[in-house]
Amino acid sequence: MRRKAQQQYDVVIVGSGAAGGMCAYVLACSGVRVLMLEAGRDYDPVTETPMFQLPSDAPLRGVGTREKPFGFYDATVDGGWEVPGEPYSSAEGSEFRWWRARMLGGRTNHWGRISLRNGPYDFKPYSRDGLGFDWPMSYEDVAPYYDKTEALIGVFGSNEGLENTPDSPPGILQEPPAPRANEMLVRRAGDELGIPVVPSHIAILTRPQDADRLSRFLWPGNPTAQRVTAESMRSRAACFYATPCGRGCSIKANFQSPTVVLPPALATGNLDIVTDAMVREVTVDASGRATGVHYIDKRTRLEEHAGARVVVVAASACESARILLNSKSSIFPDGIANGTGLVGKYLMDTVGASVSGQIPAMENMPPHNADGASAMHLYSPWWLYQEQARGQLDFARGYHIELGGGRRMPGFGTFSGLERYTGGSYGQQFKEDCRRYYGSFVNFAGRGEMIPNEDCYCEIDPDQVDQWGIPTLRFHWKWSEHEENQARHMQHTFADIIEAMGGRVTSTIREDGADAIAPGGEIIHEVGGAIMGDDPRRSVLNQFCQSWEVDNLFVTDGAPFVSNADKNPTLSIMAIAWRASDYIVEQLNAGRL
Amino acid sequence: MDRRQALKVMAIAAAVPSLTSCAPTDAGDDVVVAPAAANPKAAGTAWDPDLLAPVIPWERTLTSDELETLATLCDIIIPADERSPGASQLGAHDFIDEWVSAPYARNERDQVTVRGGLVWLDGESAGRFGEGSRFRELDAAQQRAICDDIRSVADAPSGLEAGARFFDRVRDLTAAAFWTTREGMQDLGYVGNVPLARWDPPPPEVLRHLGLE
Repeated sequence: MRRKAQQQYDVVIVGSGAAGGMCAYVLACSGVRVLMLEAGRDYDPVTETPMFQLPSDAPLRGVGTREKPFGFYDATVDGGWEVPGEPYSSAEGSEFRWWRARMLGGRTNHWGRISLRNGPYDFKPYSRDGLGFDWPMSYEDVAPYYDKTEALIGVFGSNEGLENTPDSPPGILQEPPAPRANEMLVRRAGDELGIPVVPSHIAILTRPQDADRLSRFLWPGNPTAQRVTAESMRSRAACFYATPCGRGCSIKANFQSPTVVLPPALATGNLDIVTDAMVREVTVDASGRATGVHYIDKRTRLEEHAGARVVVVAASACESARILLNSKSSIFPDGIANGTGLVGKYLMDTVGASVSGQIPAMENMPPHNADGASAMHLYSPWWLYQEQARGQLDFARGYHIELGGGRRMPGFGTFSGLERYTGGSYGQQFKEDCRRYYGSFVNFAGRGEMIPNEDCYCEIDPDQVDQWGIPTLRFHWKWSEHEENQARHMQHTFADIIEAMGGRVTSTIREDGADAIAPGGEIIHEVGGAIMGDDPRRSVLNQFCQSWEVDNLFVTDGAPFVSNADKNPTLSIMAIAWRASDYIVEQLNAGRL
Repeated sequence: MDRRQALKVMAIAAAVPSLTSCAPTDAGDDVVVAPAAANPKAAGTAWDPDLLAPVIPWERTLTSDELETLATLCDIIIPADERSPGASQLGAHDFIDEWVSAPYARNERDQVTVRGGLVWLDGESAGRFGEGSRFRELDAAQQRAICDDIRSVADAPSGLEAGARFFDRVRDLTAAAFWTTREGMQDLGYVGNVPLARWDPPPPEVLRHLGLE
């Protein structure tokens, strides 16, 4: 995709994923002329997704490799824990892993589709327990944008009225699919243990979208936006309950930026997209206002400039911090929007720990289709808020539980290490053992809130540039006791559930939470690095993702997050990006940008 | 596209081409290892392979002699029965060749384990059953005598630990190869990976099996 020559743009957006895609959609639908720059290649899930292919059709039975860490069929292009020619480093004593995807739509192409709203507590965590920071806005401020985001992208789930686990208004969520057999067993165990096990919230259509009603709800009084939105919704099919979402979805049943938000944005005629455009820095004029961005055209390896009245950086939390830090000028010697020195600071990921088990009751289950909507149908939202408030736990924030296992498509490792159950059978006995144990394994993954701390940040590595000549990032990372204790608690909870299911734990329970917790970045929920706030001395952005120092510069991805609730960040990124985009439109219309 | 159209399109897409091998290459990050045959947008590099027409860009390393012994061992591990063929019939030994030839550290380690194990297996056969005996030429009882001794890493007799580790690795790789094929999945009763018009709760016999009625 090429830029139209000499076209004038109101807004240039860096990035095409959850944040960039959403901003482009809202701005283009609002009549704003937008240029989007994407560092990766053009990508079309409709024609490129390997639906239905078996592991035996792929190299190495589809197992993960250096170049395709989540497996051969994973949608990620030119990315993973490494990107060729685009290194990063961790400071001594730190370990941080940074997942990137260099493709149109970024990580929305392979994400888990788990779409949980932050609740009222999650926006005011400091007020509640004195740790971290409060957001400059409340749940009530963001709720209308959660409503709109869910209505647009399509999210299944249920309203359970649980503490700090917001319900959606009627007519927003789609009907959740019935639970799988293993999930029903977990629910029964949860009933015994007092752990709620309820329908998950996942960005997958279980019904065709009600295009007319939803497009009017989203865009009252805007016929163009209604038309492009309704047309896009009508082009999406409901899930047919086969093939993993992580490969992408050629029938557009799940949310991916290139199938859900970019097509209607393009249909307005207000959006141009340039791919293979690696942004290096935001440019400024003599007065310190942003004038656009410098990027490297990866095909010519030459530097280009894209000018616009407003710059929206939505390149993913760390990449956005990198761009700001690399945007040095005489006015901004330490990087643009960084007068406070806070750019790159307070990086957060999600606390991740998991336990697996084997459930004798699930051996030899009668054959039945357990694929479902790819993602989990049930999950456990955090349930011990009151115990935490009373100081009964040795960690301050919650986690939710993600369920897995059962009779899913056999993969490379499905029967690895079966010797521990079989005593080393082979021959006919081994064949029968495989049939017996298939589908009897379960796993539980905790996803918990990390509290921001001073020791987790990224900075420009003085010793390294990437193949585009752009200085790279160096990461610093340290978990606090809150996260380590939480990881220990997770493991004991999961062991309790497995035992309540009549099963046995098959992984090692680590009493030192530090040994159980996944390395920083590994859960791929990194946020922070350009935090928002209501005090310009202690934050980079205001509540509309607008730089305090450069009023026509916005950062709309995970970087503005001041806390990282256990709820997976993507839905909140999109809702907050929509809110920021409405603000940009308002300010443009008022002549203030 | 409505659902009916979508299902039709997917039914066509499901008829995926089988794997083909191509010329080996000393693949760097940007080197095209195979032209993108089915997906013109894909660069055809290891980081951006054509997912619709996969190729294996590395050369196989096992000899035909090694493969012959490996096939015998694969069938001892997963023999044919009334529900499905033996492992070699579904190409388990060829998959192991593909696996141990791949340019990744864990695969290179497995190559040492597998090739060393195959040499050991013939040596053990000769030691037990007379000079010149090859494992694949032993009778079933003789083969079983050896395999019974190396069937468990945890219980391996002294001196046979390496043999047990080799056997365990080949068993895992054989299982990985076998059960991920269409025939293997059918044997297991994996009935997914088909488009459904609607999603139903587990059937009554499953709920009965789990005591969830």
